[in-house]
Amino acid sequence: MKRFTCDEVVELVTVYMEGELDEPTGYRFEEHLGGCEGCERYLGQFRATVATLGDLRPDGLAGDTREGLLSAFRDWRRP
Amino acid sequence: MSQMSYQEETIVESFTGGRLPPDDVVVAALRAGDEAMFATLLDTWSRGMLWLARTHVSTNDSAEEIVQDTWLAVVRGIGGFEGRSSVKTWVYRILVNTAKKRGMRENRTVPWSSVFEQERPTVDRSRFQGVDDPLPGHWKELPAAWPTPEGEVLAAEVRGRIAAALAELPPRQRAVITLRDVEGCTSEEVCEILEISAANQRVLLHRARASVRGQLEDYFETARRSA
Ligand SMILES: [Zn+2]
Repeated sequence: MKRFTCDEVVELVTVYMEGELDEPTGYRFEEHLGGCEGCERYLGQFRATVATLGDLRPDGLAGDTREGLLSAFRDWRRP
Repeated sequence: MSQMSYQEETIVESFTGGRLPPDDVVVAALRAGDEAMFATLLDTWSRGMLWLARTHVSTNDSAEEIVQDTWLAVVRGIGGFEGRSSVKTWVYRILVNTAKKRGMRENRTVPWSSVFEQERPTVDRSRFQGVDDPLPGHWKELPAAWPTPEGEVLAAEVRGRIAAALAELPPRQRAVITLRDVEGCTSEEVCEILEISAANQRVLLHRARASVRGQLEDYFETARRSA
């Protein structure tokens, strides 16, 4: 079976992380990773990027907007 | 101003720190007028909603208004919520529709249905060996290691760079990566919220992640050179 090249592997990283590669393709992917420091590093950096995105705390609603919504909720829900 | 009781605060904290309770609990609480539950949803989802709204309109203020209008629609509509999707998907769908209307009013048309973005590679071809090199398609030079153990969350100073990288993405990519990676939606939820196919979702997500990784690579490279 044809071996993956690095430029192919980098395009499959997300599908791989989603667990959506079929078994033989997943096997070839991991086989490549096992022998390629560059792609292993690329995958690690991809994972670090995703992990950091999950750790972002973007700004929330402005305090007065939030208060206004809570008060609207109170008024609406009160019979 | 409302003063939450200690007990309410504890409950809210335990929700936001972890996961929300199941949908039927959330819906029942909202219908019963449970303000702590409403506040929890506000605090858990509004950030992601603001980011998503921002992909449709040109200013942060407009985005904030969209999110506000969405929550008002949620309050009005919760009584009629039928549970055909998750609460989260329902709320985000209202947001997308509100944002689209608003975006049209602002006359800012985002190329939401722009051409499929599959073709271009996500890593520049010049990074790989060409046909005349010993190993065509393999790295010319390994990507430089980052100053963090592999796969771990990067240091705080990098986050500003990531936020900037997100802001530069094309709207559809930004919407998908925000929902998936920042907000933690499942791929199914993202497809429902944005009305895109699973294949399209995957392509947009991959392109977006690759761009952000690339921006971080540039950032670390610059940092190393100036060190
Ligand atoms: Zn490789």
